[in-house]
Amino acid sequence: MSKQRVIVVGNGMVGHKFIDSVINSDNAENYEILTFSEEPRLAYDRVKLSSYFSGSTVDDLMLTSEEHYQSAGVIYTLNDKVVDIDHDNKTVKLASGKVERYDKLVLATGSYPFVPPIPGKDQPHCLVYRTIEDLEDITASAQESKVGVVVGGGLLGLEAANALKNLGLETHVVEFAPRLMAVQLDEGGGNLLRRKVEALDVNVHTEKNTKNITAGEKHRYRMEFADGSYLETDMILFSAGIRPQDELARNCGIDVGERGGIVIDNYCRTSVEDIYAIGECALWDSKIFGLVAPGYQMAKVALSHIDGGKEEFTGADMSTKLKLLGVDVASVGDAHARTPGAQTYTYEDGVNEVYKRLIVSEDRKKLLGAVLVGDVEAYGTLQQMCVNSMDLPEAPEQLILPASDGSAGAAMGVDALPDTAQLCSCLDVTKGDIVDAVQGGCCTMGDIKEKTEASTGCGGCAALVKSVMDNELKNLGVEVNNHLCEHFNYSRAELADIVRVKKIESFDELLDSHGNGGLGCEICKPTVGSILASFWNDYVLEDKHMGLQDTNDIYLGNMQKDGTYSIVPRVAGGEITPDKLIVLGEVAKEYDLYTKITGGQRIDLFGAQLHELPEIWKKLVDAGFETGHAYGKSVRTVKSCVGSTWCRYGVQDSVGMAIAVENRYKGLRSPHKLKFAVSGCTRECAEAQSKDIGVIATENGWNLYVCGNGGMRPRHADLFATDLDDETLVKYIDRVLMFYIRTADRLQRTSVWLENLEGGLDYLREVVIDDKLNIAQELEDEMTSNIGKYQCEWKTTIENPEKLKRFRHFVNSDETDSNLAYVVEREQRRPANEQERENQIPAVEVTA
Amino acid sequence: MSANAVSDEQQTQWIEVCDKNALDSDTGVCALINGKQIAVFYVGKLDEVFAIDNYDPIGKANVLSRGIIGTQGEHICVASPLYKEHYDLRTGECLENSDIRVTAYAVKIENGKVLIAV
Repeated sequence: MSKQRVIVVGNGMVGHKFIDSVINSDNAENYEILTFSEEPRLAYDRVKLSSYFSGSTVDDLMLTSEEHYQSAGVIYTLNDKVVDIDHDNKTVKLASGKVERYDKLVLATGSYPFVPPIPGKDQPHCLVYRTIEDLEDITASAQESKVGVVVGGGLLGLEAANALKNLGLETHVVEFAPRLMAVQLDEGGGNLLRRKVEALDVNVHTEKNTKNITAGEKHRYRMEFADGSYLETDMILFSAGIRPQDELARNCGIDVGERGGIVIDNYCRTSVEDIYAIGECALWDSKIFGLVAPGYQMAKVALSHIDGGKEEFTGADMSTKLKLLGVDVASVGDAHARTPGAQTYTYEDGVNEVYKRLIVSEDRKKLLGAVLVGDVEAYGTLQQMCVNSMDLPEAPEQLILPASDGSAGAAMGVDALPDTAQLCSCLDVTKGDIVDAVQGGCCTMGDIKEKTEASTGCGGCAALVKSVMDNELKNLGVEVNNHLCEHFNYSRAELADIVRVKKIESFDELLDSHGNGGLGCEICKPTVGSILASFWNDYVLEDKHMGLQDTNDIYLGNMQKDGTYSIVPRVAGGEITPDKLIVLGEVAKEYDLYTKITGGQRIDLFGAQLHELPEIWKKLVDAGFETGHAYGKSVRTVKSCVGSTWCRYGVQDSVGMAIAVENRYKGLRSPHKLKFAVSGCTRECAEAQSKDIGVIATENGWNLYVCGNGGMRPRHADLFATDLDDETLVKYIDRVLMFYIRTADRLQRTSVWLENLEGGLDYLREVVIDDKLNIAQELEDEMTSNIGKYQCEWKTTIENPEKLKRFRHFVNSDETDSNLAYVVEREQRRPANEQERENQIPAVEVTA
Repeated sequence: MSANAVSDEQQTQWIEVCDKNALDSDTGVCALINGKQIAVFYVGKLDEVFAIDNYDPIGKANVLSRGIIGTQGEHICVASPLYKEHYDLRTGECLENSDIRVTAYAVKIENGKVLIAV
């Protein structure tokens, strides 16, 4: 069978989703995919568009890359637009004049911002909020403006207002309706939202119908309203809703609705054979769906139909939960109580600024809708109840009333949810998928995310997914037990608290006071050793700590497969003088050490025997080196690019910052190893976004990224804070690291820690930036204390004859291990493998 | 002072290895006895010494003396520093794989000296 040629018109979120679904389907090889976008780049995340103003880059927003499309065989053209469809001959014509043949055509042209027909709307500084180019225009305009007005008080309008506020403008919202978010909220909810928004210095003007935009007196423009009042501003941002982009379909004889939108059936087919429409351009049952989840669903349905399947689109739940200008807002189902006979329950707490309303059926058995402002904890429960038509409890009001003990209201048992309940609408993950994943062995949120992708979109379902996971673990009889090992009925985080609060200074003290007897083991000893080092930072080979140290720490080197060690001196920031390089070369030559450059910009010398370690380190310390802690679960390296001192593009001195950061945190022991990087500009040559702590220079300071990882399970670091000065940067890193040290599990990298941290990145920001727990000073003091006790462990060791005695293979002989055997490969030695040992390939003589 | 006899004590010949104070609490050292590498461990809390082969039969290297000492239930054991299998210090048995064991040796402390029976 020859390949079907599918052309996807538009490469927005939904168009991309369709293509991605084809690429990942079992029948991918049956299709040749072409896509055209009039934008200069492939699909990006428009839902998170506003994060562009809080520091996200275009790259952060991208949903795919040209490389990815190329490797998947997708043919794409940017900056070009389909202008005509010849459905008799099944071809499309592009603005560039090119003609392409199709077997199936998928219209994913999206929508455009509606700008009301107000005289004066086409002047400069009158903008819209839809694409990355729009954001660039807004940023440029803001630099020449003091006051900004958003026309439209809906969901997007409030997001736009947030953007203007972030850009430092005096911000106004002008709304035609009597309240904000009139589509999603009732009067009570809208009023509370308004109070909260106004408290954030955003001026709200409702029931204002703009008649004219003329020149202003104090500011660039004057907006004249129908009621005779006016407002002066320097910039106007229209965000008064969207309209389906149906021009192409309209011009080519495809049916469109009276008020716009390409008419589709349950299979997403348009009125013309072999042409489909999906996303915001499509009109199903006289409705346009302006959310991404229904668009994704349509993409799935269209592909299913093309592929011969029978999936149908039967409408979508338009419930929403979001944070606008820091205010939590949620709307479920029939929020306006339009269903005949609908009854309502309302809870309003003027003190804590919480508004909740339930809309229930006439017989009070089913939930029809809900409005939540200020506290959206109940959203997951209510949305599921509504969508799955579940029976309400006897007293429905309990769902929104705070419990008398002050905790949140009665939550629905997740047991009651049907397996088909969709928990994650972004990625279409059901309760059944989560249950299967748990039965298949997933037992952390990290596992669940990796296996099912649930909560990896907007993240709004995380709490619900976690309770389904916990519940299923309980059903399976899995005792969710995070005890460290048989010697302690505590998790690592709990032990860290005990050590810190009770000022415990040795393993035996902790085992005697909080353990279960026995001697400890290779799990708890190094863990406690690490905790003691994190808080008190004693010399790790002190008598009381020595027996706790893991394989590598106890000899201050990395044990290799044959029992020899590797040596990695610190090369802060990757900067090294020729003289020091020569010393490393000379030492390596003298001891015949296999030499390799590490990923962290330093030099690793392999094959040193125990008795050689002190001699080698003496030479290195004398030459000005210090230990690199490559053997520890501790801060390893701070990788850097060359930065503004040499690079034509650098905007800050990244090497200088990397060295300062490395010297500050060197030797810090932690639940797992820590890697840092500092890049001198957004080109990101130091790959900081794959590190636990990543720092990227901006024109105005530094952007801080946290909890990235390369290695086994790569994770892009999250942008934590932007444009920081040196002092604030260090302060935040201090706090993040100490909070991690306090709360992480044993051997939990920062990436997994963050994924399992309840409340995620937002919570981490609240703790570190807003000091929600009131511990910021403590965290900084703990870090200061740790840093104050830094010592080069090798320097201390070579000056201590008692400790040096242990660096020999035999306690009763000067002989060395006769079992070592090496062969030469690429001019250096390496351990002989078993076959080579048996075949007696001439071994390299090992110096005694 | 105690002795952990594995073989029949009457036939054993005790060989002096080192001073007791050459042993650090809760760590091991390696002794060379008649050409054989033997790991010797001192558990401070029990004031007891143990001795097993130094060769790790799974990691295939002479490293067991450098492992962490601890307990697994009733077993006093060392965890191999290479891949962390546990070896019972009294019997030499590998707790993860009953087919694998190393030799355990009788060892005692007398007059401040460590003595091993081979």
